[in-house]
Amino acid sequence: MDAMNDQPSEKELRILQSTNLNAGERGHEHQEHASDERAEDTAMREHRLELATVREKLKNKTGKQYWRTLEELAEDPHFEELLHREFPKHASEWEETVERRDFLKLMGASLALAGMTGCGRPDERHIVPYVKQPDGMVLGKPSYYATAMPFGADAVGVLVESHEGRPTKIEGNPDHPSSLGATNVFAQASILGLYDPDRSQTVQFTGEIRTWSAFLDFAQLQATNVKATNGAGFRILTGTVCSPTLIAQIRKLLALYPEAKWYQWEPAGGDGAREGAKLAFGRNINTVYEVGKANVIVSLDADFLASGPGHISNARQFYRRRKLDGPNDTMNRLYVVEPMPSVTGSSADHRLPLRSTDVELFARALAAKLGIGSAAPLSGEATKWLEAVAKDLQKERGTSLIIAGEHQSAAVHALAHAMNAALGNTGKTLYYSEPVEADGPGHLESMRALCGEMDRGKVDLLLILGGNPVYDAPHDFDFASKLKKVNASIHLSPYFDETSAYCQWHVAESHYLETWSDARAHDGTASIIQPLISPLYYTHSAHDLVAAFGDKPGEPAYDAVRAYWTEAAAHLESPMDTGWRKWLNDGVIPGTKFPAITPELKFNPANLPALKPAPADQIEFLFRPDPTVYDGRFANNGWLQELPKPVTKLTWDNAALVSPKLAQKMDLAHKVAARGGEHGQILSAVVDIALNGSKVTAAAWTLPGLAENTVVLPLGYGRKLAGFTGTNKGFNAYVVRTSNALWSASEGKMTPTGDTYPLACTQYHFHMEGRQILSTGTLAEYKKNPGFAHEGAEAPAKDDSLYKEFAYPGYAWGMAIDLTKCNGCNACVVACQSENNIPVVGKDQVMRGREMHWVRVDRYYTHADSETRDPSSYDPSLDNPETFFQPVPCMQCENAPCEQVCPVGATVHSAEGLNDMVYNRCVGTRYCSNNCPYKVRRFNFLRFQDWDTPQLKLMRNPEVSIRSRGVMEKCTYCVQRINNTRIEAEKQNRPIRDGEIVTACESACPSEAIVFGNANDPASRVARLKAQQRNYSVLGEVNSRPRTTYLAAVRNANSDLEKA
Amino acid sequence: MAQIFHRSFNFISRLSLFALVFLGVLALAGMLVLARSPYLTNQRVTRDQPVQFSHKHHVGDDGIDCRYCHTSVETSAYAGIPPTKTCMNCHSVLFSNVGYLEPVRESYRTNQSIEWVKVHRLADYVYFNHSIHINKGIGCSSCHGTVNEMPLVFQASPLTMEWCLDCHRNPEKNLRPKDQIFNMDWKATGNQEEEGKRLAAEYKLRTKAELTSCSTCHR
Repeated sequence: MDAMNDQPSEKELRILQSTNLNAGERGHEHQEHASDERAEDTAMREHRLELATVREKLKNKTGKQYWRTLEELAEDPHFEELLHREFPKHASEWEETVERRDFLKLMGASLALAGMTGCGRPDERHIVPYVKQPDGMVLGKPSYYATAMPFGADAVGVLVESHEGRPTKIEGNPDHPSSLGATNVFAQASILGLYDPDRSQTVQFTGEIRTWSAFLDFAQLQATNVKATNGAGFRILTGTVCSPTLIAQIRKLLALYPEAKWYQWEPAGGDGAREGAKLAFGRNINTVYEVGKANVIVSLDADFLASGPGHISNARQFYRRRKLDGPNDTMNRLYVVEPMPSVTGSSADHRLPLRSTDVELFARALAAKLGIGSAAPLSGEATKWLEAVAKDLQKERGTSLIIAGEHQSAAVHALAHAMNAALGNTGKTLYYSEPVEADGPGHLESMRALCGEMDRGKVDLLLILGGNPVYDAPHDFDFASKLKKVNASIHLSPYFDETSAYCQWHVAESHYLETWSDARAHDGTASIIQPLISPLYYTHSAHDLVAAFGDKPGEPAYDAVRAYWTEAAAHLESPMDTGWRKWLNDGVIPGTKFPAITPELKFNPANLPALKPAPADQIEFLFRPDPTVYDGRFANNGWLQELPKPVTKLTWDNAALVSPKLAQKMDLAHKVAARGGEHGQILSAVVDIALNGSKVTAAAWTLPGLAENTVVLPLGYGRKLAGFTGTNKGFNAYVVRTSNALWSASEGKMTPTGDTYPLACTQYHFHMEGRQILSTGTLAEYKKNPGFAHEGAEAPAKDDSLYKEFAYPGYAWGMAIDLTKCNGCNACVVACQSENNIPVVGKDQVMRGREMHWVRVDRYYTHADSETRDPSSYDPSLDNPETFFQPVPCMQCENAPCEQVCPVGATVHSAEGLNDMVYNRCVGTRYCSNNCPYKVRRFNFLRFQDWDTPQLKLMRNPEVSIRSRGVMEKCTYCVQRINNTRIEAEKQNRPIRDGEIVTACESACPSEAIVFGNANDPASRVARLKAQQRNYSVLGEVNSRPRTTYLAAVRNANSDLEKA
Repeated sequence: MAQIFHRSFNFISRLSLFALVFLGVLALAGMLVLARSPYLTNQRVTRDQPVQFSHKHHVGDDGIDCRYCHTSVETSAYAGIPPTKTCMNCHSVLFSNVGYLEPVRESYRTNQSIEWVKVHRLADYVYFNHSIHINKGIGCSSCHGTVNEMPLVFQASPLTMEWCLDCHRNPEKNLRPKDQIFNMDWKATGNQEEEGKRLAAEYKLRTKAELTSCSTCHR
């Protein structure tokens, strides 16, 4: 407590010091008052958060509370003052280099000429029709084509919207097993990947442009040389390949050159599943989860709802089991044991943070409980947990499921297989099949072997098909210097990246929307990948490259795919000649799903080596793919860079994620800083991390819920040759990642440098002032009191308003968002960005709180009653808070506060209840945004939209206006989709059917959390949801009567674990 | 000391005050008139086209239906400008050697599009849809005028927002039976008011509030 008493004086000291510093530096003694104020403000802006204070405050709290940031939890007066000001002190000061006088001159001139831009006659424009219009094309109407986006050992089936030959939007394919109609952030953002102006555009030889035919000549020359030695010096390196045609092509090549070898390396795809299957069954076998059939699911560090093969379909099936129509419905239950809060863990019913190595201890203990092997007893919280989980699993034999995480060891995977078998789940909630991806040795062993051979000078010709091994191979392998010993190296990649710089030949790779190919989904179902557009540049696919070295150089990818499937069709229901067009139309090839097999379990847990728990105070460093740029391949995608990461809400950077206790111990608390007009810049402590013989400097970020003494280093940043958007962002964690510690390392040191680094975090914007905006409860509470969401909120009478009420005789568009189903995956945010031409603003603008996303996903932490807690040891509120997500689009209020204050009528009420936004009327007063209680309006402070890059013009949705500088914009429930659907319905003289209009966010959502429709129709899905007792309006008490309402989050808590 | 200003200056000063207000109003009125004038709306302006295509000849004299060329007018937002192929359907046989049609043949030969100059141009933030107007009883000539009498096509209506709203507020006066949509010579008869009301009910026209919501045309 003494330390606590010292706290204020320390703060005062700091303020005093900075006052002196400021006054001294500036030397304006006659302006003492002003500089005092400035100093106080600087102190406030850069006020440090003390975690000890947070813990102390927590001790005294009772009842359930929600919080969004550590500062808010601490009830830090400085932070609150910062928030209460619409504009921080001195925000209006001119910080740029232009003098005030010049500014006034400019303003005067602009005022005088203000009207002039509207004058003048419109210029002449041209119409350029087709010479021969393609059959079936209706100008002005988009077409949709089915294709698939390959990703690791999976492919997401998509329907691509195409306007006059330009793909503009990705939708999920309901017929595809890995999509089931939904998409993820990567699929949504792949449209920007196609039109990225930084893509490599041609073949290059040592940095000089070459023609494809020159490359073909080279390839054939090499092929003859290679043939002479039977392929002895020929090596192929790929990532995970799930294209049956490419696998067949490479196999054919290997048959041609028997001594040649094929290696695989996927930096972010774990070997765990493969090695685990080998340990359990003696060979690589694919596990397909049928999540929807399980009542109790235990995830051992598996983020199965947001990453890994089949995650979209997992999420869809999982949340279908969380559909609550009333208090009598049942739910499945999810337990997650994991070190880092993932999307899956954040939406679990119970989550236990354990260090990565302790997850295996837990797995062994759980297996022992289920009668498999024996294990050492667990300690603390985990014991109680183990009992409860084991009891629950025993009750649900055949209807439970245990999933091991991609980054866990082979032993955890083998134990999961054994446990599922012991519980009788095999064949019920999961089944086994032949592997989807090309078989081969483990990726780490593969890479090790290749580097060894390169080092010994045994590789003459190296063909690298995709990937970026110079950047992402284990650091101790030193891939780059070994690559120099290869006689001829060829790199196929979409960008001229780090690896391309080290290879002689670089071949620009076609995007999946530009080429013919095929891919298998997580259950083996194959899809033909068909091009939506002919390649924008001189790019080629892996098929072309492999063909170049074989006996059919120059064979187009189309022929290769056709040839493979002509042969394969012999075993299928539909023959090639009749099937092909149908396969292309449907996006799936029927009958290609792999049949279930029943492999024999050969796993003996007694053979597992003894596992010693790591010392409690040892720091464990984890490597994990980044949730938005993944392994680094999406580093140049602005949509993904600016997308707040699901749990941390950081943008444009990665940061070393540190558990709160460790941060407290190392004194790493971060400072909230204000900059410009809004709040969004966090000055984080910088740390040096020395690990595996290398060192990296990173910004540290305190993440509640991270396992004790754990530091997570997200991969994929610190790129040197990524392109304009992705180069030199964040720090490169691959530098400290070595082959002996691919996923976790413990022999490391972390030391604060004393510097700070600005991070752009969106969770500090748009603060909601602690009002009850989130409503959550457990299933038991819901059954007892189905109307719990309405407690405490007073809803004013309908006519309790100064303004005349609108009548909605026709449609009344509304949206219901089920918070039980939202897991914060962010697919809606990117889908909205793609559909509505929303610009990217960059890190600097995000730090000023100017990001433009029309729908944001707010993250809330909550902690239960504190009476029984002892914050000094394990504090569930800070060390393991419950996490909730809430997507916030425009509420389309019926009594909209924004509409009343617009002086120019730029935001007005539509007859169907939308708050229309008329861009060409908006003069940018921002009164509407000021008066919006939900903070969903976005202002174009600058001309954020790129009007000049020709590629980006192709990308935009022609159905939505491109907004310029000085204009307010916001969500209008995808009014373009509403209008187009209504026009079609009216032409057929019928009302719009329920579910006919699907907003971009609703369509992308894997968990079906967002439902849009006509609230006037009592039979519509949205009206039925709104009729539920769980339904509530956010800030209903201000009588804005929002059309977007929420259904309270309900979690299926286990009563054994609930009362601590 | 003598007065600096003569008495008559009283009148002049009053006159100039009045003139100031008057001129101001006049200038404002002038701007409003200018904005609606063909000078800025391009109403009745003909354009030089690569081929001086005559609608009068093709529609008026030959009686070709609008939809032979503007194929998507009933189904899509765009009526559609015909591809060169549509011209060549006839002109590979008729007038196949006339020098005047060389640009058409050249386009067909070289696979290069003919670049027509746009006559009807709406602002980028207006999302006009042809098909819904056609399907709800608005005929071509209601907006495009008597195209069958235009040797060179011009914009018959001002295409201002005021003009659009005039009809959206009171569509009855322009509604016609569905079989008259493509009739260029259709004229409203004396009982158009009653007829319009009947047709509005038959076509299930949306309410005026709905038709004049901003998002009906802007998004």
